[in-house]
Amino acid sequence: MSATDTLEVDPALRTVDVTFRLHRYNPETDAAPHWEDYVVACLPTDRVLTVLQKIKDEIDGTLTFRRSCAHGICGSDAMRINGRNRLACKTLVKDLNVRKPVTVEAIKGLPLEKDMVVDMEPFFEAYREVLPFLIPDGHEPTRERLQSAEDRATFDDTTKCILCACCTTSCPVFWTDSQYFGPAAIVGAHRFIFDSRDAGSAQRLEILNSKEGVWRCRTTFNCTDACPRGIEVTKAIQEVKRALIFKG
Amino acid sequence: MSETLPGSADIEPDDLKAARVPVPPQAIAPALAQPRSKRSGRSNFELYSWIFMRVSGIVLVFLVLGHLLIMNILDGGVQRINFAFVAGRWSSPFWQVWDLLQLWLAMLHGTNGLRTVINDYAEKPRTRFWLQTILYVAAVFTVVLGTLVIFTFDPSIG
Repeated sequence: MSATDTLEVDPALRTVDVTFRLHRYNPETDAAPHWEDYVVACLPTDRVLTVLQKIKDEIDGTLTFRRSCAHGICGSDAMRINGRNRLACKTLVKDLNVRKPVTVEAIKGLPLEKDMVVDMEPFFEAYREVLPFLIPDGHEPTRERLQSAEDRATFDDTTKCILCACCTTSCPVFWTDSQYFGPAAIVGAHRFIFDSRDAGSAQRLEILNSKEGVWRCRTTFNCTDACPRGIEVTKAIQEVKRALIFKG
Repeated sequence: MSETLPGSADIEPDDLKAARVPVPPQAIAPALAQPRSKRSGRSNFELYSWIFMRVSGIVLVFLVLGHLLIMNILDGGVQRINFAFVAGRWSSPFWQVWDLLQLWLAMLHGTNGLRTVINDYAEKPRTRFWLQTILYVAAVFTVVLGTLVIFTFDPSIG
């Protein structure tokens, strides 16, 4: 008997067969989306994105999903995995219950185009409406616009947004009312409303004071739970509400 | 057709040019499934309704709990309530104001809450419109009837 036969295999390197139940939809052939199961040998350290790529490469090349950086920065691969919105590239197989099929579907509330791909345009349209850019006043300065560490800290959390739409598409208000700005657009507005160098706060607050603005928020905290960047989204929305009440 | 027709000064040359250039179909952006509608004019209605829900909620806690305590627990509770008891209470302006406040705040609070629920759950604008119409009619009817009873209550009809 050779020495290698008795060697213990590191459990972290042992593959397990996991069933992935994917919500498939091809607009050219399917009348409605349907579930399909795929059994894949996974390492516990595999990410869901790796598994999807494996299915596409080895089982069914028609599987469609967005991926770009694959490192949790670009925000392309937001999906509903086991009923929760997450980034496929930040979700490890070992953190999912693999005794039952792992469900993967497109994020809800945006028009479904194919498999995991949705039309992001309504999402970005809401984001553009809140003027997510610095609106300065006065003359153009000859050096950088300075800001104290305290001033910067007031909006630090909302600078982390990667526009993946996990929060907006986890919001039950957004599911039934596509006109609601949604958490991500409010986060984008928050980032500039509380920026001491910005002069467009009144304009943005006015936009978010509308019928489909912050007052539609029911504080269900789905957005905060969904955010892959750990932004306290609900808190940001409440801060905008408070600014409207006490400054408006 | 020449570039500029003599005697057709009312037609801009640019318009003629634009009319002759065929627009390739793929150059037109596809219509959005759910386009964002134009924002209606500036209004603080949603802000005030949000504040009203919080304030009326706090006031109602005291009004309603006080009401329930008086009606159901103190001095023999619900057994002593009859026409004479109600007539006696409403002869005092204090209880008239109490009940009126309770009626108006509870009805507006509840109606606004249901308006929100309808906005959250009704997906079609038509469904939303009709549910809210029924809600507002019911609310106005109840508030008007209740107010009328509190102010025109005649103890002598007993």
